[in-house]
Amino acid sequence: MPLALITPNLKPLKPLMFKPKVAFYWCASCGGCEETVVDLAEDILGVVEKVDIVLWPVAMDFKYKDVEAMPDKSILATLLNGAIRSTEQEEMARLLRRKSQYMIAYGACAHLGGIPGLANQFTREHILKFNYEDGPAMANEKKTRPQLVTEENGRTPRLPALTNVVRSLDQVVEVDYYVPGCPPTPKITRAAVTALLENRLPPKGSVIAPDIALCDECPRKATKPANISFREFKRPHQALMDPQKCFLAQGVVCMGPSTLSGCEAACISGGMPCTGCFGPTSRVRDQGLKIMSSLCSNLEPKDEQGISAVLQGIPDPIGTFYRYGLARSLLRRKVNLPTD
Amino acid sequence: MSDSTNKTPDGKWTPRIVAFFCNWCTYTAADLAGVSRMKYASNIRVIRLMCSGRVDPQFVVDAFAKGADGVLIGGCHPNDCHYVEGNYKCLRRYQMLKRMIADMGIEPDRLRLEWISAAEGEKVRRVVNEMVETVKQLGPLNIPCKFEEWDKEMEALAGHVAHSQSAAGAACPDHAKPQTAQTAHV
Repeated sequence: MPLALITPNLKPLKPLMFKPKVAFYWCASCGGCEETVVDLAEDILGVVEKVDIVLWPVAMDFKYKDVEAMPDKSILATLLNGAIRSTEQEEMARLLRRKSQYMIAYGACAHLGGIPGLANQFTREHILKFNYEDGPAMANEKKTRPQLVTEENGRTPRLPALTNVVRSLDQVVEVDYYVPGCPPTPKITRAAVTALLENRLPPKGSVIAPDIALCDECPRKATKPANISFREFKRPHQALMDPQKCFLAQGVVCMGPSTLSGCEAACISGGMPCTGCFGPTSRVRDQGLKIMSSLCSNLEPKDEQGISAVLQGIPDPIGTFYRYGLARSLLRRKVNLPTD
Repeated sequence: MSDSTNKTPDGKWTPRIVAFFCNWCTYTAADLAGVSRMKYASNIRVIRLMCSGRVDPQFVVDAFAKGADGVLIGGCHPNDCHYVEGNYKCLRRYQMLKRMIADMGIEPDRLRLEWISAAEGEKVRRVVNEMVETVKQLGPLNIPCKFEEWDKEMEALAGHVAHSQSAAGAACPDHAKPQTAQTAHV
Protein backbone atom coordinates (compact mmCIF):
# COMPACT_ATOMS: atom_id res chain seq x y z
CA MET A 1 0.00 0.00 0.00
CA PRO A 2 1.71 3.22 -1.09
CA LEU A 3 1.80 5.67 1.76
CA ALA A 4 0.42 8.44 -0.48
CA LEU A 5 -2.99 6.74 -0.43
CA ILE A 6 -3.30 6.94 3.32
CA THR A 7 -1.47 10.12 4.22
CA PRO A 8 -3.63 12.87 5.65
CA ASN A 9 -5.10 15.42 3.30
CA LEU A 10 -5.92 17.55 6.32
CA LYS A 11 -9.40 18.62 5.28
CA PRO A 12 -11.56 19.28 8.33
CA LEU A 13 -13.82 16.47 9.39
CA LYS A 14 -17.54 16.90 9.52
CA PRO A 15 -18.54 17.56 13.11
CA LEU A 16 -19.41 14.25 14.68
CA MET A 17 -22.31 13.65 16.99
CA PHE A 18 -20.41 11.02 18.86
CA LYS A 19 -16.67 11.06 19.02
CA PRO A 20 -15.16 7.68 18.27
CA LYS A 21 -13.55 5.99 21.24
CA VAL A 22 -9.91 5.03 21.14
CA ALA A 23 -7.85 3.01 23.60
CA PHE A 24 -4.08 2.84 23.97
CA TYR A 25 -2.63 -0.07 25.82
CA TRP A 26 0.84 -1.40 26.50
CA CYS A 27 2.07 -4.90 27.12
CA ALA A 28 5.69 -6.13 27.05
CA SER A 29 7.22 -2.91 25.77
CA CYS A 30 9.71 -0.25 26.77
CA GLY A 31 7.38 2.75 26.63
CA GLY A 32 8.93 4.11 23.46
CA CYS A 33 5.69 3.56 21.53
CA GLU A 34 3.77 5.70 24.03
CA GLU A 35 6.40 8.35 23.45
CA THR A 36 5.60 8.38 19.74
CA VAL A 37 2.02 9.33 20.43
CA VAL A 38 3.38 12.34 22.30
CA ASP A 39 5.85 12.92 19.45
CA LEU A 40 2.88 13.81 17.28
CA ALA A 41 3.47 17.18 19.00
CA GLU A 42 0.68 19.67 18.33
CA ASP A 43 -1.01 17.18 15.99
CA ILE A 44 -1.99 15.27 19.12
CA LEU A 45 -4.44 18.09 19.85
CA GLY A 46 -6.21 17.40 16.58
CA VAL A 47 -6.45 13.73 17.49
CA VAL A 48 -7.68 14.40 21.02
CA GLU A 49 -10.28 16.77 19.59
CA LYS A 50 -11.68 14.07 17.36
CA VAL A 51 -11.66 11.08 19.69
CA ASP A 52 -12.53 10.07 23.21
CA ILE A 53 -9.62 8.30 24.81
CA VAL A 54 -11.12 5.59 27.00
CA LEU A 55 -7.96 3.87 28.21
CA TRP A 56 -4.35 5.03 28.28
CA PRO A 57 -2.54 3.66 31.32
CA VAL A 58 0.66 5.65 30.75
CA ALA A 59 -1.07 9.02 30.78
CA MET A 60 -4.59 8.81 32.20
CA ASP A 61 -6.31 7.20 35.12
CA PHE A 62 -8.78 4.60 33.96
CA LYS A 63 -9.45 1.24 35.50
CA TYR A 64 -9.73 -2.10 33.76
CA LYS A 65 -13.24 -2.43 35.14
CA ASP A 66 -14.22 0.68 33.16
CA VAL A 67 -13.27 -1.15 30.00
CA GLU A 68 -14.98 -4.32 31.13
CA ALA A 69 -18.19 -2.35 31.61
CA MET A 70 -18.23 -1.05 28.06
CA PRO A 71 -20.45 -2.75 25.48
CA ASP A 72 -18.67 -5.03 23.01
CA LYS A 73 -17.27 -3.28 19.91
CA SER A 74 -17.91 0.13 21.46
CA ILE A 75 -14.29 1.22 21.06
CA LEU A 76 -13.47 2.20 17.50
CA ALA A 77 -9.85 1.14 17.75
CA THR A 78 -7.33 -0.11 20.24
CA LEU A 79 -3.71 0.71 19.54
CA LEU A 80 -1.86 -1.93 21.46
CA ASN A 81 1.91 -1.89 21.75
CA GLY A 82 4.22 -4.50 23.22
CA ALA A 83 4.57 -8.24 22.93
CA ILE A 84 2.38 -10.63 24.92
CA ARG A 85 4.28 -12.52 27.59
CA SER A 86 2.17 -12.53 30.73
CA THR A 87 -1.31 -13.70 31.60
CA GLU A 88 -2.38 -10.14 32.38
CA GLN A 89 -1.26 -8.90 28.97
CA GLU A 90 -3.01 -11.77 27.27
CA GLU A 91 -6.21 -11.16 29.21
CA MET A 92 -6.18 -7.45 28.37
CA ALA A 93 -5.48 -8.20 24.70
CA ARG A 94 -8.53 -10.48 24.65
CA LEU A 95 -10.67 -7.98 26.50
CA LEU A 96 -9.71 -5.07 24.24
CA ARG A 97 -10.20 -7.23 21.17
CA ARG A 98 -13.77 -7.91 22.29
CA LYS A 99 -14.49 -4.26 23.01
CA SER A 100 -12.92 -2.88 19.83
CA GLN A 101 -13.95 -2.73 16.20
CA TYR A 102 -10.33 -2.52 15.11
CA MET A 103 -7.36 -4.02 16.89
CA ILE A 104 -4.17 -2.34 15.78
CA ALA A 105 -0.78 -3.83 16.58
CA TYR A 106 1.25 -0.71 17.26
CA GLY A 107 5.02 -0.96 17.07
CA ALA A 108 7.49 -3.76 16.41
CA CYS A 109 6.77 -5.73 19.61
CA ALA A 110 3.04 -6.10 18.96
CA HIS A 111 3.72 -6.60 15.24
CA LEU A 112 6.61 -9.10 15.35
CA GLY A 113 7.42 -9.83 18.99
CA GLY A 114 10.17 -7.22 18.94
CA ILE A 115 13.13 -7.16 21.30
CA PRO A 116 11.17 -9.05 24.02
CA GLY A 117 10.73 -11.81 21.44
CA LEU A 118 14.45 -12.59 21.76
CA ALA A 119 13.54 -14.14 25.13
CA ASN A 120 12.22 -17.06 23.08
CA GLN A 121 15.81 -18.34 23.09
CA PHE A 122 15.56 -19.07 26.81
CA THR A 123 13.29 -20.87 29.23
CA ARG A 124 11.12 -19.01 31.71
CA GLU A 125 13.12 -20.59 34.52
CA HIS A 126 16.39 -19.33 33.03
CA ILE A 127 15.01 -15.79 32.75
CA LEU A 128 13.60 -15.73 36.28
CA LYS A 129 16.76 -17.25 37.74
CA PHE A 130 18.98 -14.70 36.05
CA ASN A 131 16.84 -11.72 36.92
CA TYR A 132 16.15 -12.62 40.55
CA GLU A 133 19.26 -14.60 41.52
CA ASP A 134 22.26 -14.57 39.20
CA GLY A 135 22.14 -11.13 37.61
CA PRO A 136 25.19 -8.99 38.45
CA ALA A 137 22.99 -6.27 39.95
CA MET A 138 21.06 -8.64 42.22
CA ALA A 139 21.43 -8.74 46.00
CA ASN A 140 18.94 -11.44 46.85
CA GLU A 141 20.52 -13.84 49.30
CA LYS A 142 17.26 -15.57 50.14
CA LYS A 143 16.64 -16.08 46.42
CA THR A 144 13.16 -14.64 46.74
CA ARG A 145 11.11 -14.73 43.60
CA PRO A 146 7.79 -13.05 42.90
CA GLN A 147 4.97 -15.37 43.93
CA LEU A 148 1.80 -15.66 41.89
CA VAL A 149 -0.30 -15.83 45.06
CA THR A 150 0.77 -14.63 48.51
CA GLU A 151 -0.92 -14.24 51.89
CA GLU A 152 -0.30 -10.96 53.65
CA ASN A 153 -2.34 -9.45 56.49
CA GLY A 154 -5.37 -11.43 55.50
CA ARG A 155 -5.16 -10.30 51.89
CA THR A 156 -4.16 -12.53 48.99
CA PRO A 157 -2.56 -10.40 46.30
CA ARG A 158 -2.12 -12.14 42.96
CA LEU A 159 0.50 -11.44 40.31
CA PRO A 160 0.23 -12.23 36.63
CA ALA A 161 2.27 -15.23 35.45
CA LEU A 162 5.02 -14.99 32.87
CA THR A 163 4.21 -17.18 29.86
CA ASN A 164 6.74 -19.68 28.52
CA VAL A 165 6.58 -18.16 25.05
CA VAL A 166 6.70 -14.50 24.03
CA ARG A 167 4.08 -13.83 21.37
CA SER A 168 3.26 -11.15 18.87
CA LEU A 169 -0.25 -9.72 19.23
CA ASP A 170 -1.63 -11.61 16.24
CA GLN A 171 -0.57 -14.90 17.82
CA VAL A 172 -3.02 -14.13 20.64
CA VAL A 173 -5.95 -12.25 19.11
CA GLU A 174 -7.10 -11.27 15.63
CA VAL A 175 -5.34 -8.12 14.44
CA ASP A 176 -6.80 -5.76 11.84
CA TYR A 177 -3.81 -3.53 11.10
CA TYR A 178 -0.16 -3.25 11.93
CA VAL A 179 1.65 0.02 12.54
CA PRO A 180 5.32 -0.99 12.27
CA GLY A 181 8.48 0.42 13.80
CA CYS A 182 10.54 0.58 16.94
CA PRO A 183 8.95 2.95 17.60
CA PRO A 184 6.57 3.86 14.76
CA THR A 185 7.48 7.26 13.39
CA PRO A 186 5.09 10.21 13.89
CA LYS A 187 4.47 10.18 10.14
CA ILE A 188 3.39 6.53 10.13
CA THR A 189 1.31 7.08 13.27
CA ARG A 190 -0.41 10.10 11.75
CA ALA A 191 -1.12 8.17 8.56
CA ALA A 192 -2.68 5.33 10.54
CA VAL A 193 -4.80 7.54 12.82
CA THR A 194 -5.99 9.66 9.91
CA ALA A 195 -6.87 6.62 7.82
CA LEU A 196 -8.87 5.34 10.77
CA LEU A 197 -10.73 8.58 11.49
CA GLU A 198 -11.51 9.26 7.85
CA ASN A 199 -12.47 5.64 7.28
CA ARG A 200 -10.04 5.23 4.40
CA LEU A 201 -8.62 1.96 5.57
CA PRO A 202 -6.46 -0.38 3.52
CA PRO A 203 -7.40 -4.08 3.26
CA LYS A 204 -7.58 -5.89 6.58
CA GLY A 205 -4.27 -7.29 7.75
CA SER A 206 -2.22 -4.55 6.07
CA VAL A 207 0.94 -3.16 7.54
CA ILE A 208 0.55 0.61 7.40
CA ALA A 209 3.79 1.31 5.51
CA PRO A 210 4.80 1.27 1.84
CA ASP A 211 5.28 -2.34 0.76
CA ILE A 212 8.73 -1.84 -0.70
CA ALA A 213 12.19 -2.33 0.75
CA LEU A 214 13.85 0.45 2.71
CA CYS A 215 16.66 0.81 0.12
CA ASP A 216 14.05 2.54 -2.05
CA GLU A 217 14.00 5.62 0.17
CA CYS A 218 17.54 5.37 1.53
CA PRO A 219 19.66 8.50 1.06
CA ARG A 220 22.64 6.25 0.34
CA LYS A 221 20.84 4.30 -2.41
CA ALA A 222 23.04 5.73 -5.18
CA THR A 223 26.12 4.12 -3.65
CA LYS A 224 24.58 0.65 -3.32
CA PRO A 225 26.63 -1.62 -5.57
CA ALA A 226 24.81 -3.67 -8.21
CA ASN A 227 26.91 -6.67 -7.25
CA ILE A 228 27.84 -7.02 -3.61
CA SER A 229 30.64 -9.34 -2.65
CA PHE A 230 31.50 -9.45 1.05
CA ARG A 231 35.09 -10.15 2.04
CA GLU A 232 34.33 -9.56 5.70
CA PHE A 233 31.49 -8.42 7.91
CA LYS A 234 32.15 -5.53 10.24
CA ARG A 235 30.03 -4.15 13.00
CA PRO A 236 29.57 -0.38 13.07
CA HIS A 237 31.81 0.14 16.10
CA GLN A 238 34.69 -1.76 14.52
CA ALA A 239 35.57 0.68 11.77
CA LEU A 240 35.34 4.30 10.80
CA MET A 241 32.32 4.52 8.54
CA ASP A 242 31.95 6.60 5.42
CA PRO A 243 28.80 8.63 6.18
CA GLN A 244 27.74 8.78 2.52
CA LYS A 245 28.31 5.21 1.35
CA CYS A 246 25.87 2.27 1.44
CA PHE A 247 26.49 0.17 4.56
CA LEU A 248 26.51 -3.04 2.54
CA ALA A 249 29.30 -1.63 0.37
CA GLN A 250 31.25 -1.07 3.60
CA GLY A 251 30.74 -4.65 4.77
CA VAL A 252 28.20 -3.85 7.47
CA VAL A 253 25.02 -5.89 7.92
CA CYS A 254 22.13 -3.61 7.00
CA MET A 255 18.63 -5.07 6.99
CA GLY A 256 17.39 -2.45 4.51
CA PRO A 257 17.03 -4.82 1.54
CA SER A 258 14.45 -6.96 3.37
CA THR A 259 12.75 -4.37 5.56
CA LEU A 260 9.68 -2.27 4.83
CA SER A 261 10.28 1.38 4.09
CA GLY A 262 8.32 4.23 5.63
CA CYS A 263 10.75 5.31 8.36
CA GLU A 264 12.55 7.61 5.88
CA ALA A 265 15.76 5.73 6.70
CA ALA A 266 15.95 7.29 10.14
CA CYS A 267 18.75 5.06 11.44
CA ILE A 268 20.84 5.35 8.30
CA SER A 269 20.49 9.14 8.43
CA GLY A 270 21.79 8.88 11.99
CA GLY A 271 24.81 6.86 10.87
CA MET A 272 23.61 3.40 11.89
CA PRO A 273 22.53 0.51 9.65
CA CYS A 274 18.92 -0.71 9.52
CA THR A 275 18.15 -3.43 12.06
CA GLY A 276 14.79 -4.35 10.57
CA CYS A 277 12.24 -2.90 13.01
CA PHE A 278 9.59 -2.26 10.33
CA GLY A 279 9.46 -5.96 9.57
CA PRO A 280 9.59 -7.74 6.23
CA THR A 281 7.79 -6.86 3.01
CA SER A 282 4.60 -8.77 2.25
CA ARG A 283 6.39 -11.32 0.03
CA VAL A 284 8.60 -12.51 2.87
CA ARG A 285 7.45 -15.10 5.41
CA ASP A 286 10.51 -15.16 7.66
CA GLN A 287 12.43 -11.92 7.98
CA GLY A 288 15.65 -13.28 9.47
CA LEU A 289 16.08 -16.16 7.04
CA LYS A 290 15.39 -13.95 4.05
CA ILE A 291 18.00 -11.31 4.84
CA MET A 292 20.45 -14.04 5.81
CA SER A 293 19.82 -15.67 2.45
CA SER A 294 20.38 -12.41 0.63
CA LEU A 295 23.54 -11.31 2.46
CA CYS A 296 25.27 -14.64 2.93
CA SER A 297 24.90 -15.77 -0.66
CA ASN A 298 26.95 -12.77 -1.74
CA LEU A 299 30.29 -13.60 -0.16
CA GLU A 300 33.51 -13.57 -2.11
CA PRO A 301 35.00 -16.94 -1.06
CA LYS A 302 33.82 -20.15 -2.70
CA ASP A 303 35.42 -22.68 -0.35
CA GLU A 304 34.17 -23.83 3.03
CA GLN A 305 36.99 -22.37 5.14
CA GLY A 306 36.91 -19.02 3.37
CA ILE A 307 33.12 -18.78 3.70
CA SER A 308 33.25 -19.77 7.34
CA ALA A 309 35.89 -17.11 8.05
CA VAL A 310 33.74 -14.36 6.54
CA LEU A 311 30.63 -15.58 8.39
CA GLN A 312 32.51 -15.34 11.69
CA GLY A 313 31.98 -11.59 11.27
CA ILE A 314 28.36 -12.23 12.29
CA PRO A 315 28.83 -13.71 15.77
CA ASP A 316 25.15 -13.79 16.71
CA PRO A 317 22.99 -14.51 13.66
CA ILE A 318 19.76 -14.87 15.65
CA GLY A 319 20.22 -11.54 17.43
CA THR A 320 21.29 -9.88 14.19
CA PHE A 321 18.74 -11.17 11.69
CA TYR A 322 15.86 -11.71 14.13
CA ARG A 323 16.44 -8.55 16.19
CA TYR A 324 12.68 -7.88 16.11
CA GLY A 325 11.20 -10.85 14.30
CA LEU A 326 11.98 -13.97 16.35
CA ALA A 327 8.51 -14.48 17.85
CA ARG A 328 6.89 -14.22 14.42
CA SER A 329 9.50 -16.34 12.62
CA LEU A 330 8.79 -19.82 11.27
CA LEU A 331 10.17 -21.54 14.36
CA ARG A 332 8.99 -18.86 16.84
CA ARG A 333 11.12 -20.18 19.70
CA LYS A 334 14.20 -22.30 20.31
CA VAL A 335 12.56 -25.65 19.64
CA ASN A 336 14.35 -27.83 22.19
CA LEU A 337 13.36 -25.70 25.18
CA PRO A 338 10.91 -27.26 27.61
CA THR A 339 7.75 -25.58 28.85
CA ASP A 340 7.04 -25.78 32.53
CA MET B 1 1.69 -34.00 6.60
CA SER B 2 -0.30 -36.68 8.31
CA ASP B 3 1.22 -38.71 11.08
CA SER B 4 0.69 -42.06 9.36
CA THR B 5 3.36 -41.35 6.75
CA ASN B 6 6.28 -41.43 9.16
CA LYS B 7 5.45 -44.81 10.65
CA THR B 8 6.58 -48.19 9.41
CA PRO B 9 3.85 -50.82 8.94
CA ASP B 10 4.61 -52.22 12.40
CA GLY B 11 3.92 -48.78 13.91
CA LYS B 12 7.51 -47.71 14.63
CA TRP B 13 8.71 -44.18 13.98
CA THR B 14 10.82 -43.71 10.89
CA PRO B 15 12.35 -40.40 9.78
CA ARG B 16 10.63 -38.11 7.32
CA ILE B 17 13.22 -36.36 5.20
CA VAL B 18 12.62 -33.62 2.66
CA ALA B 19 15.17 -33.49 -0.15
CA PHE B 20 15.69 -30.49 -2.41
CA PHE B 21 17.47 -31.71 -5.55
CA CYS B 22 18.66 -29.57 -8.41
CA ASN B 23 17.23 -30.33 -11.82
CA TRP B 24 20.52 -30.71 -13.66
CA CYS B 25 22.63 -32.94 -11.44
CA THR B 26 21.18 -34.46 -8.30
CA TYR B 27 17.63 -34.99 -9.50
CA THR B 28 18.98 -36.60 -12.66
CA ALA B 29 21.22 -38.75 -10.46
CA ALA B 30 18.21 -39.80 -8.41
CA ASP B 31 16.50 -40.65 -11.69
CA LEU B 32 19.53 -42.70 -12.68
CA ALA B 33 19.42 -44.52 -9.37
CA GLY B 34 15.78 -45.33 -10.06
CA VAL B 35 16.38 -46.47 -13.65
CA SER B 36 19.31 -48.58 -12.42
CA ARG B 37 16.91 -50.18 -9.92
CA MET B 38 19.07 -49.27 -6.95
CA LYS B 39 17.31 -49.63 -3.65
CA TYR B 40 17.55 -46.97 -0.97
CA ALA B 41 15.56 -45.96 2.08
CA SER B 42 12.10 -44.70 1.21
CA ASN B 43 12.15 -41.94 3.82
CA ILE B 44 12.88 -39.05 1.49
CA ARG B 45 10.41 -36.86 -0.33
CA VAL B 46 12.24 -35.32 -3.25
CA ILE B 47 11.38 -31.81 -4.38
CA ARG B 48 12.96 -30.83 -7.67
CA LEU B 49 14.23 -27.29 -8.04
CA MET B 50 16.06 -25.80 -10.98
CA CYS B 51 19.19 -25.17 -8.91
CA SER B 52 20.51 -25.67 -5.41
CA GLY B 53 20.85 -21.86 -5.46
CA ARG B 54 17.05 -21.76 -5.49
CA VAL B 55 16.88 -23.38 -2.04
CA ASP B 56 15.63 -20.49 0.04
CA PRO B 57 16.47 -21.00 3.74
CA GLN B 58 12.76 -20.41 4.32
CA PHE B 59 12.02 -23.69 2.46
CA VAL B 60 14.34 -25.62 4.73
CA VAL B 61 13.07 -24.18 7.99
CA ASP B 62 9.46 -24.41 6.82
CA ALA B 63 10.03 -28.12 6.16
CA PHE B 64 11.28 -28.55 9.73
CA ALA B 65 8.41 -26.46 11.09
CA LYS B 66 5.88 -28.60 9.22
CA GLY B 67 7.22 -31.87 10.54
CA ALA B 68 10.35 -32.93 8.63
CA ASP B 69 12.97 -34.72 10.71
CA GLY B 70 15.75 -33.93 8.27
CA VAL B 71 16.45 -31.91 5.14
CA LEU B 72 18.84 -32.95 2.40
CA ILE B 73 20.01 -30.55 -0.30
CA GLY B 74 21.63 -31.88 -3.46
CA GLY B 75 23.38 -29.79 -6.09
CA CYS B 76 26.02 -29.91 -8.81
CA HIS B 77 29.68 -30.16 -7.88
CA PRO B 78 31.63 -26.90 -7.54
CA ASN B 79 32.41 -25.47 -10.98
CA ASP B 80 29.68 -27.63 -12.53
CA CYS B 81 26.62 -25.50 -11.76
CA HIS B 82 24.35 -25.12 -14.76
CA TYR B 83 23.91 -21.50 -13.68
CA VAL B 84 27.64 -21.06 -12.91
CA GLU B 85 27.30 -19.64 -9.38
CA GLY B 86 24.14 -21.17 -7.88
CA ASN B 87 25.79 -23.96 -5.92
CA TYR B 88 28.24 -21.51 -4.31
CA LYS B 89 25.34 -19.37 -3.17
CA CYS B 90 23.75 -22.48 -1.75
CA LEU B 91 26.95 -23.46 0.09
CA ARG B 92 27.30 -20.01 1.70
CA ARG B 93 23.70 -19.93 2.87
CA TYR B 94 23.94 -23.49 4.07
CA GLN B 95 26.91 -22.72 6.30
CA MET B 96 25.09 -19.87 8.01
CA LEU B 97 21.82 -21.79 8.11
CA LYS B 98 23.55 -24.63 9.96
CA ARG B 99 24.63 -22.17 12.64
CA MET B 100 21.17 -20.62 12.82
CA ILE B 101 19.24 -23.88 13.19
CA ALA B 102 21.73 -24.97 15.84
CA ASP B 103 21.02 -21.72 17.72
CA MET B 104 17.31 -22.45 17.38
CA GLY B 105 17.70 -25.88 18.94
CA ILE B 106 17.73 -28.12 15.85
CA GLU B 107 20.71 -30.49 15.62
CA PRO B 108 22.80 -29.28 12.66
CA ASP B 109 23.19 -32.87 11.42
CA ARG B 110 19.53 -32.80 10.45
CA LEU B 111 20.55 -30.62 7.55
CA ARG B 112 22.97 -31.92 4.94
CA LEU B 113 24.29 -30.60 1.66
CA GLU B 114 25.84 -32.92 -0.91
CA TRP B 115 27.20 -32.37 -4.38
CA ILE B 116 25.93 -35.22 -6.57
CA SER B 117 26.47 -35.17 -10.32
CA ALA B 118 24.07 -36.65 -12.87
CA ALA B 119 26.28 -39.73 -13.19
CA GLU B 120 26.38 -40.49 -9.46
CA GLY B 121 23.27 -42.60 -8.93
CA GLU B 122 25.21 -44.70 -6.49
CA LYS B 123 26.05 -41.62 -4.42
CA VAL B 124 22.33 -40.77 -4.13
CA ARG B 125 21.76 -44.21 -2.69
CA ARG B 126 24.65 -43.91 -0.24
CA VAL B 127 23.86 -40.35 0.89
CA VAL B 128 20.16 -41.02 1.38
CA ASN B 129 20.86 -44.17 3.38
CA GLU B 130 23.45 -42.36 5.52
CA MET B 131 21.11 -39.45 6.09
CA VAL B 132 18.27 -41.75 7.18
CA GLU B 133 20.66 -43.50 9.55
CA THR B 134 21.88 -40.19 11.03
CA VAL B 135 18.37 -38.89 11.57
CA LYS B 136 17.27 -42.21 13.06
CA GLN B 137 20.02 -41.80 15.63
CA LEU B 138 18.83 -38.27 16.40
CA GLY B 139 15.21 -39.36 16.77
CA PRO B 140 12.01 -37.49 15.90
CA LEU B 141 12.11 -33.69 15.73
CA ASN B 142 8.35 -33.17 15.62
CA ILE B 143 8.13 -29.39 15.73
CA PRO B 144 4.34 -29.21 15.02
CA CYS B 145 3.82 -31.10 18.26
CA LYS B 146 5.97 -28.52 20.07
CA PHE B 147 3.89 -25.66 18.70
CA GLU B 148 0.80 -27.35 20.16
CA GLU B 149 2.52 -27.83 23.48
CA TRP B 150 3.57 -24.16 23.62
CA ASP B 151 0.06 -22.98 22.88
CA LYS B 152 -1.52 -24.97 25.68
CA GLU B 153 -0.83 -22.09 28.06
CA MET B 154 -3.03 -19.88 25.86
CA GLU B 155 -5.93 -22.30 25.83
CA ALA B 156 -5.78 -22.47 29.59
CA LEU B 157 -6.13 -18.70 29.92
CA ALA B 158 -8.81 -18.48 27.22
CA GLY B 159 -10.90 -20.85 29.31
CA HIS B 160 -10.30 -18.78 32.44
CA VAL B 161 -11.23 -15.51 30.67
CA ALA B 162 -14.43 -16.98 29.25
CA HIS B 163 -15.39 -18.18 32.70
CA SER B 164 -14.77 -14.86 34.48
CA GLN B 165 -16.57 -12.96 31.73
CA SER B 166 -19.70 -15.03 31.99
CA ALA B 167 -19.61 -14.49 35.77
CA ALA B 168 -19.11 -10.71 35.40
CA GLY B 169 -21.80 -10.42 32.73
CA ALA B 170 -24.52 -11.35 35.22
CA ALA B 171 -23.84 -8.51 37.64
CA CYS B 172 -24.45 -4.88 36.68
CA PRO B 173 -22.13 -2.66 38.71
CA ASP B 174 -22.66 1.08 39.07
CA HIS B 175 -19.54 1.87 37.10
CA ALA B 176 -21.34 0.49 34.06
CA LYS B 177 -21.18 3.88 32.39
CA PRO B 178 -17.86 4.01 30.59
CA GLN B 179 -15.55 6.85 31.46
CA THR B 180 -14.09 8.97 28.72
CA ALA B 181 -11.41 11.61 28.49
CA GLN B 182 -14.15 14.18 29.12
CA THR B 183 -15.62 12.62 32.21
CA ALA B 184 -12.60 11.01 33.82
CA HIS B 185 -11.22 14.00 35.68
CA VAL B 186 -14.34 16.03 36.38
